[in-house]
Amino acid sequence: MSLAIANLLRAAPHDDGAIDRFLRDHEFPLVEGTSATFVFRGRVDAVYLRHWVFGLGSQQPFNRLENSDFWYLTLELPTRSRVEYKLEIQQGDHSRWIRDPLNDQIAHDPFGANSVCAGEGYERPEWTEYDPDAREGTIEEITLPRTPFGGPRRLTVYLPARFRVSRRYRLLVVHDGGDYLRYSSLKEVLDNLIDRLEVAPLIVAMTHPEDRLVEYADDPRHADFIVNTVVPYMEENYPLYKAVSARCLMGASFGGVASLSTAWRYPGAFGRLLLQSGSFAFTDIGENRRGPLFDRVVSFVNGFREAPGRLAEKVFVSCGTYESLIYENRSMVPLLQATGMDIRYEEARDGHNWENWRDRLRTALSWLFPGPLWMVYE
Amino acid sequence: MYTESPKPATGVLLGPQRLAVTVDAELDALQVEGKVAMITCGWQEREEEDRELHDALGSRAVNLNLHARGDAVFLDDRELRDAHRAKQDRLRQLQVLYRGRLEHAVAAVSELQDARGPADLIASEITAAIEAIRLVDRQHLARVTLLNRDYEDEISPSERPVVVLHRREIADILAGCGAVAIAGGNVATILNRLRLFGMHELLQGRTILAWSAGAMALTDRIVLFHDSPPQGRGNAEILDAGLGLFPSLVALPHARRRLLLDDRRRVSLFARRFAPARCVTLDERSRLLCDGENYRAGPVTRALCDGGDVVALETWSL
Repeated sequence: MSLAIANLLRAAPHDDGAIDRFLRDHEFPLVEGTSATFVFRGRVDAVYLRHWVFGLGSQQPFNRLENSDFWYLTLELPTRSRVEYKLEIQQGDHSRWIRDPLNDQIAHDPFGANSVCAGEGYERPEWTEYDPDAREGTIEEITLPRTPFGGPRRLTVYLPARFRVSRRYRLLVVHDGGDYLRYSSLKEVLDNLIDRLEVAPLIVAMTHPEDRLVEYADDPRHADFIVNTVVPYMEENYPLYKAVSARCLMGASFGGVASLSTAWRYPGAFGRLLLQSGSFAFTDIGENRRGPLFDRVVSFVNGFREAPGRLAEKVFVSCGTYESLIYENRSMVPLLQATGMDIRYEEARDGHNWENWRDRLRTALSWLFPGPLWMVYE
Repeated sequence: MYTESPKPATGVLLGPQRLAVTVDAELDALQVEGKVAMITCGWQEREEEDRELHDALGSRAVNLNLHARGDAVFLDDRELRDAHRAKQDRLRQLQVLYRGRLEHAVAAVSELQDARGPADLIASEITAAIEAIRLVDRQHLARVTLLNRDYEDEISPSERPVVVLHRREIADILAGCGAVAIAGGNVATILNRLRLFGMHELLQGRTILAWSAGAMALTDRIVLFHDSPPQGRGNAEILDAGLGLFPSLVALPHARRRLLLDDRRRVSLFARRFAPARCVTLDERSRLLCDGENYRAGPVTRALCDGGDVVALETWSL
């Protein structure tokens, strides 16, 4: 199959009319099979694709079509890929990063928003979107007045639809709860999966760090906070099963480290762990090359790798194959398996981002806390 | 109480009622007079949260509270409770073993459906492979039946004083009712409560309206199903025999959501596996009327066919 951009390049002349027609006739990025063509139009000196795909150079230069204002770049994009990116526009001595003006697909994160290129076969799962037919859970804001950090901490609590105090529920504790709600549609996901009976009704305690890179890096205060403040508060104030198998701790990136390190410091406190793209940096020899922020992480992960223990009953691990952390996560899996824990591992052609973590929640939560899908027909 | 082959009921099986209530119109169409007994035990501890159903049925609705009655029975009669729990544990273990056998049998059909070779040879092999699944199903149902019978022979639930008491109360309520409405929910819970109070006898001769799991529990085989669950292979499985008041059919509530109805292979396998019973979809606004001798389906009620189609239903005789 000849790519559309190749056809354009072959067909002279490349006047404004031909370029206008090309832009009008296609949507961008133009995904054709396993190729994605990015384009930009403007009188600039250079254009680069800035993306977060580990394995490709992070700065991919666009080609200019003769002396026109039309820039293009074609990349290999395996099926079911999802890539977040920006364009770097260079003009004279100045360069700026912008979202792709020809692409309205956007993903948000705590740093702003990126453009999104979805490869062939990737579709946003419908269970991540608001479903008017799904019964909705409710959100409560709590302040925990005394914590090991010395001051109060905010806690956001999700109660499932049809919550009643006379029932017992499983507990999910989520690191970076605000980000999961905002960028991973956590409430919609919970509402949908619980309503569809795929996940058991859960009470979710979402924490909000103040300095996550410090608190999550194997900080004993954080583990103390989760195990000795959050869990007891939840058990005291909500109808929860007491069994550890009914308790799950979850987090992404540094939140994955925080989850593992908390479980390591308090083995048996949680029966379930959900570790998404954990920043499990380690060294076999020599210095940590990820910078000082990772010093405590590397020290913890090295220690864990030296003496891994049975921390929980079931652990779900996921990572994007386009992440720099894929090596660390892949190598963590056999280590966890060797402890006798029940491990499930899932990869996706995606990066280190909140929508990747969102898209894995159905498989993860339905495995960790399966709902009564087979028995209930309402 | 566990029995077989009761007389077919008169009444109607419906699609889910939460988003499209039709039970009120059906009551009118059936010209039901008097009170309507409600069975909402499938909602388990939410049994009493029946306001929406009360709104639909009006002031004549009366909840039989079978779930609460069951709890009261088990609280009063610990021996019965322990025997019931032990039986349920055995049934769960049996279901897991059956699921394992089933997976291999269904995988054989899938493999043959992908096979290359003379079409007639492949077709006859597929027929034989489906017969193997049917055998696994029959054996499972026989084992489940035996377990249930052993339990009843051993503990005689219908003769326990507290059960007799509740059953009498239920019979008294039913005596003043023109129809019984059975809602969906947890199908095993519905089945267990209906059996505990000998409802197959108490429902005889009454007009019944049932939907979702309530409909499933009234057929002669309860088939659990979901073609694309988040975990597992999605092989339909037999749970148990139902009350058999609506015989010769497999009730498939939420079929549009739970089944891949465009997948002709899966549809064909489903239909052939449970034949001669008709596999009937019960989505919103579906209705399947039974007058005791014939079934008559409403316009959005369809059946899975051997060839893989999903078609509208004609009237058919029992």
